[in-house]
Amino acid sequence: MKRNQVISAIIAVVFIILPLVVTSDYYRHLAILALMWVVIGGSWNLLAGYTGQISFGHAIFFGTGAYTAGILADKLGTSAWLGMALGGFTAVLAGLVIGFICFRLRGPYFALATIAAGEICRLIAVNWESLTNGMVGVLLIQTFRSKLPYYYVALALAAASLLVFNLVMKSKWGFYFVSIREDQDAAESLGINAALYKNLSLAISAFFTGTAGAFYMNYMAFIDPEVVFSLPYISIMAILVAIIGGVATIWGPAVGALIMVGIQETFRSAIFGLAPKWVSQSHALVFGLMVIFVILYLANGVVGDWPKIKRLVVRSR
Amino acid sequence: MTVFFQTLVSGILIGGIYALIGMGMTLIMGVMGIINLAHGQLMMVAMYITFVAYTFFHLDPYLSLFVAMPCLFFLGVAIQKFLLNPLMEVETIIPQNQVLMTVGIAIVLTEIARFIFSSTYRSVTTSYTGKVFFLGGISFNVAMTVAFLFAVTLTIVLFWFLLKTDLGRSIRATAQDKEAAILMGVNSRRITIITYGLGAALVASAGSLLIPIFYLFPDIGRPFTTKAFVITILGGMGSTVGAIFGGLTLGIAESMGATYIGMSYKEMVGLIIFLLVLIFLPGGLKRLTKV
Repeated sequence: MKRNQVISAIIAVVFIILPLVVTSDYYRHLAILALMWVVIGGSWNLLAGYTGQISFGHAIFFGTGAYTAGILADKLGTSAWLGMALGGFTAVLAGLVIGFICFRLRGPYFALATIAAGEICRLIAVNWESLTNGMVGVLLIQTFRSKLPYYYVALALAAASLLVFNLVMKSKWGFYFVSIREDQDAAESLGINAALYKNLSLAISAFFTGTAGAFYMNYMAFIDPEVVFSLPYISIMAILVAIIGGVATIWGPAVGALIMVGIQETFRSAIFGLAPKWVSQSHALVFGLMVIFVILYLANGVVGDWPKIKRLVVRSR
Repeated sequence: MTVFFQTLVSGILIGGIYALIGMGMTLIMGVMGIINLAHGQLMMVAMYITFVAYTFFHLDPYLSLFVAMPCLFFLGVAIQKFLLNPLMEVETIIPQNQVLMTVGIAIVLTEIARFIFSSTYRSVTTSYTGKVFFLGGISFNVAMTVAFLFAVTLTIVLFWFLLKTDLGRSIRATAQDKEAAILMGVNSRRITIITYGLGAALVASAGSLLIPIFYLFPDIGRPFTTKAFVITILGGMGSTVGAIFGGLTLGIAESMGATYIGMSYKEMVGLIIFLLVLIFLPGGLKRLTKV
């Protein structure tokens, strides 16, 4: 227990000092994105990894949060940071609606329903032009020119999310969540209100994803439906981040976020400009191949499969 | 009133092809219990095969049906054998990794197509493209009508295969009760492979039939994956008859939506039906018949 706290403190200090050492805007940008994915991956992990409700629709919450911030700033002229405070709550509202519809279904059917819900949200955002500007998207002016403030906001968000997930999983709720994942009927027969706890898990998950979405709006200053409601690049990415790191572990998604953003950027920048240009055009292909590779060989993630990886490395020596 | 009947006719015509797409999906769903989110993308591959056959060998799209279907059958077999079946042995906390795998396959297929053919819109212009004939004041698109007739024929052949042949019966047995089928001596692994190939071949036929009507670009797969998915839920998971009615319903609903609500809401109609089915009729049309 004590050892874990020391390690957490060291990691926190490293991340606080990091942007002061790394002054390149490009690497700071990568760090900000990675921290944002720590939040989203962790949120997905809470709902899917711990509670067993595999969501293919986390883009719903991300997009709702982003559009909350964007529309408030664009139509009402408020600060986009107000949107960041509210984005999480609108995402929870969206989550309750989704939960009402989709929690009637179990297992794979739930997963399918979330895909459809995600597509519906994307189409609404495309077609409701008076509110969302449709495909034109929402454009804001960034508050800060330096990346530093954004970095610390993202870091605070990531730290808060990890703290909350950790607390929740150590509380009674956490045990209820896991029991629902393991066997919903058995959990209900022991007096656990499965519908309530599934919705709670969804609400916490949606809150952090929505806040991350609102942060994205603030940071990138531009969103359109295809970006924030994207099935592959938000919903699937969230799943991938959690899987590559380790499902149902607190640190797994955090590690996964660093790995995924690292790999994606390596290819997007064509291995830092060393490789020919077509490599950078293939980053979507690499993303698809990553999905296949990870599921085939690393299904429990770096953290979950750590003993397996260790054994492989030791044996090969 | 003519507008209504015109809308109905075009809905039924496209619905026949949707049924073809949906039946492939529902077969896979029935046997393996997973939804194949690469379904539309498989169709996209078939469409590119047809396109290449037409541009370079001047093969009529309806003849390339017999090229595209075997090609996609083997592609499907390879996908099931090397990518989906190995997942059965991987132990994980989340059971949906086969679905996730199909998403990965979908992305890879789309991007490979983009790599080879770029994102340019392409089309196949045949002698019958855009031709119509009239029957009782209602216009029929020639290409659509031919496609519909092909779809009906293929459906009949499929049903004959499922009901009368040994292999077809094994597929139905596996879909009904996998354990019992294995105990009866059905090689369930082989059946999953054949079923995926069959599903891919069916959607390939839809691709070849649609190419004189639709523009072709790498991302065309995605809306069709969504449609196949809606049809499967609407018809009841794993029900082939349900898929036919699901396909027709979706086709009619879409063309009604396009005529009476607005073209841009066409895509949304299917998804709204999907949600309504989930809320009011979980289990789909299959539930109504109790078959």
